[in-house]
Amino acid sequence: MLIRTAAWRPSRLVTALCLLTLAIAGCSPEHYPQTTLLPRGDFARIADDLLDTTVRWALLVFVLVEGVLLYAIFRFRGKPGDPEPHQIHGNTTVEIIWTVIPALILAAIAVPTVKAIFQTNAVPPKDALTIEVVGHQWWWEFRYPEYNLTTANELHVPVGRTVSLRMGSADVIHSFWVPPFAAKRDVFANRETRMWFKAEAEGDYPGECAEFCGIQHARMGYRIRAQKPEEFRAWVAHMQTLGPKPAATASSDSGVRTASVGASVSAAPTQGQPYASGEKLFQSKGCVACHSLQAVNAPKGMVGPNLANVGARSYIAAGTLKNTDENLARWIRNPQAIKKGVLMPNLGLTETDAQALVAFLRAHR
Amino acid sequence: MATRVLDQQKVQAVPGEKTGIWSWITTVDHKRIGLLYGTTAFIFFLMGGIEALLIRIQLGSPENTFLSPERYNELFTMHGTTMIFLAIMPLSAMFFNFMIPLQIGARDVAFPRLNAFSYWAFLAGGLFLNSSWLFGLAPDAGWFGYANLTSIQYSPGLNVDFWMIGLQVLGIASLAAAVNFFVTIVNLRAPGMKLMRMPMFVWMSFITQVLLLLAFPVITVALFLLMFDRFFGTHFFVPSGGGDPILWQHLFWIFGHPEVYILILPAFGIISEVLPVFSRKPLFGYAAMVFSGVFIAFLGFGVWAHHMFATGMGPIADAFFALSTMLIAIPTGVKIFNWIGTMWGGSLQFRTPMYFAIGFIAMFIIGGLSGVMHSSPPADLQQTDTYFVVAHFHYVLFGGSIFGLTAGAYYWWPKMFGRMLDERLGKLHFWLMLIGFNLTFFPMHFLGLNGMPRRTYTYPAGLGFETLNQIETAGSFVLGIAFLVFLFNVFQTWRKPRNAPADPWNGATLEWSIPSPPQEFNFAEIPVVHGRDALWEAKREQRGPLPEPARVSGRGIHLPNPSYWPVVAAVGVLSVLLSLMFLSHFGPLGVVVAAGILFLGVFMWAFEPAG
Repeated sequence: MLIRTAAWRPSRLVTALCLLTLAIAGCSPEHYPQTTLLPRGDFARIADDLLDTTVRWALLVFVLVEGVLLYAIFRFRGKPGDPEPHQIHGNTTVEIIWTVIPALILAAIAVPTVKAIFQTNAVPPKDALTIEVVGHQWWWEFRYPEYNLTTANELHVPVGRTVSLRMGSADVIHSFWVPPFAAKRDVFANRETRMWFKAEAEGDYPGECAEFCGIQHARMGYRIRAQKPEEFRAWVAHMQTLGPKPAATASSDSGVRTASVGASVSAAPTQGQPYASGEKLFQSKGCVACHSLQAVNAPKGMVGPNLANVGARSYIAAGTLKNTDENLARWIRNPQAIKKGVLMPNLGLTETDAQALVAFLRAHR
Repeated sequence: MATRVLDQQKVQAVPGEKTGIWSWITTVDHKRIGLLYGTTAFIFFLMGGIEALLIRIQLGSPENTFLSPERYNELFTMHGTTMIFLAIMPLSAMFFNFMIPLQIGARDVAFPRLNAFSYWAFLAGGLFLNSSWLFGLAPDAGWFGYANLTSIQYSPGLNVDFWMIGLQVLGIASLAAAVNFFVTIVNLRAPGMKLMRMPMFVWMSFITQVLLLLAFPVITVALFLLMFDRFFGTHFFVPSGGGDPILWQHLFWIFGHPEVYILILPAFGIISEVLPVFSRKPLFGYAAMVFSGVFIAFLGFGVWAHHMFATGMGPIADAFFALSTMLIAIPTGVKIFNWIGTMWGGSLQFRTPMYFAIGFIAMFIIGGLSGVMHSSPPADLQQTDTYFVVAHFHYVLFGGSIFGLTAGAYYWWPKMFGRMLDERLGKLHFWLMLIGFNLTFFPMHFLGLNGMPRRTYTYPAGLGFETLNQIETAGSFVLGIAFLVFLFNVFQTWRKPRNAPADPWNGATLEWSIPSPPQEFNFAEIPVVHGRDALWEAKREQRGPLPEPARVSGRGIHLPNPSYWPVVAAVGVLSVLLSLMFLSHFGPLGVVVAAGILFLGVFMWAFEPAG
């Protein structure tokens, strides 16, 4: 299109605009963290190779056909007083040629396509790491049955080991999209869909839901972290400590607990113990009804994201906000202002309450 | 062909030309109904365009709060629904109405009152759909309304009901029109106009009617199932009740893919009329053009699941739908080559319709090539639901359909209104549209491949999407200005006296043999056709241009009587569906009253005495 508009008529403006587009845009994919054009996994590479094949053919056809069109525009421009041109009604040979050539080009695309279809639909290797992905309005749940772990909105995968995703939805259709490593696959409430990939390099990338799923479809992002095998193992080992509250942690704030049981329920939270009052608020305000704090043996079917390691995540509210104390407090106090329609209600918390909850959640790393 | 003038009376005021609102409400004249379609559809087109501009403003910068999430979701849903069902389809219907009878040498369509019904049902459906804005309840689940987001549980508001009922009425209108034009083309062709002598616009329209007849019943059934889910508690698409949301996708796309060809084939037809006339050379490969059109339509029913690669259908289904989709590129390519072949060796006349026709070819090639790119499922799994797809279908539907329809508007304007549109403004319109269109939609290819998903009301800063989105927003306003230029052109032309001769472009087809605008009865005497490009043949016999045809009294020509019963029947159809939507408010009595209106309309229509 650039070539055509540039040369079609003495329209220097068009040329300038098009060049400007290219210059400003910096069409190079490095500027786009979510790009599909820099594959870092085997699945994504298959898709990208196919794209390359088709783009090459498409560019060739584009240049040839638009070139012929341009040529015809200039070559056969009529002038006043021209005689009636020769009345040609068609030509069978030409028709056959321009039917067969596109067919051959398509065959050249079809063969690698069918091969890639069967590659990408193949059964993943036996030693693949199975991860269950559940789409929720509007966040992602990840379960690692091999380690009995559950987490949310931040997917950790090891480099060099195939990951086999078994996916479903808790409500409407979503589409799980892993731009750098794989592609996308829809998730449904009544069927399991699958996708696999092997990350080939480390990295921390954004991904998001790709199927319109209601008012906050735009706020259904997640992070994917591909880690060196030893780092991944360390992460798993750490996560496995985030089970039902271990005795050591319990003892550290047992005093508070006893106090609150002994004293009246409305014991004022003390500034010096924001963690403790945060913990209490987490119970009393009902957060606990939707959010689990344990990564190990986490209950299934929770409405809200698992928060066992929320303090260590880089984003909150499914990719909506950077996970700073200030953002977290803002979110806890008024989620509806930030992500209208989200299932988390405004609980009418004071700033002190919010700070206490932030202190409590921040400690869950 | 031969047109003998019946009655050479000195006719100053055109007899039989009626005026006033009542004459428009009761009209059964295909030309007036065509103008009603065109005017209504163009207003809806402008509304869809304004919706698009609001969307573009919102996306002009990251984390923009110009629109709330709900409003944005409503806008993109209504933009798609409006442009497809209320703009492009009825703009095509304007040309079907006005031009098919003229091109085949007929005095009207086969069922003039059914034709009126189609228009009024279309208007009722369109107004009802857009009335949702007044209540702040515009549809918000996307133009393809994927289950189970449309279920009562996840869309409890009336928004989806407005969409479902509106679409149902529009579907009924389209089906009635399709029956009408199918029968008209089969039965009412002038003597001598064999199928293989029909103008290419008639051929492509004919194929479009077949597609409509086969595709629309599917969406009608799907919408009824959805209606039962929402109104009466069934679970066709509700997984928790044992239903299957994938069933909706299959039903929707078995309709939805042929629908794409319903939107583009009429434009193919228009281009195939414009290019020969302004190349002064017959259409290259007439038979190849006909059969490639038939082939596209046939294959169009075997490719629907390429919209569903991401659902994970398995390798066999993926491979089948990938290959069938690629096959469509062959007949489409044949068409493009034949259009260029038509220009080749011609004497190209660069009038405004020709600009738009060539613009169509140039832009449609891009849309076709990006289509081949995502016919390949593994690659499509990255592209689907991103802006790459948005770019693709706008190159097909805007670069294709809208450029084609605009070419048709400039080409047939003199015939429809008896006035020539201004050439300089027309060319300005073209250049602004071409530049604005490419600025708006070309960068979307890059955005999509670089990870920007569709249908998100905003995007975070830092993903690299800012610059290209700004360019697109600027481009969309250039597009808006292009259509303001068109409106200005129309306004200026409308204030001037009629100045168009019967045959301003040296046309090849029968509509150019009669006065501009045509008289109510079209042809004083039904022409006899001896070959393709009937009017060129006649001029060749005459060794020069034909004399300007005179306006005649047309006394003794039987024309159908005006009737208002089709309006009553159209209102009745909408009422019945509305009574179901508000069953809890009005109860069964509402249904009875509504059905009564429908019955009254149909009954009185059926037993209306002939004139």
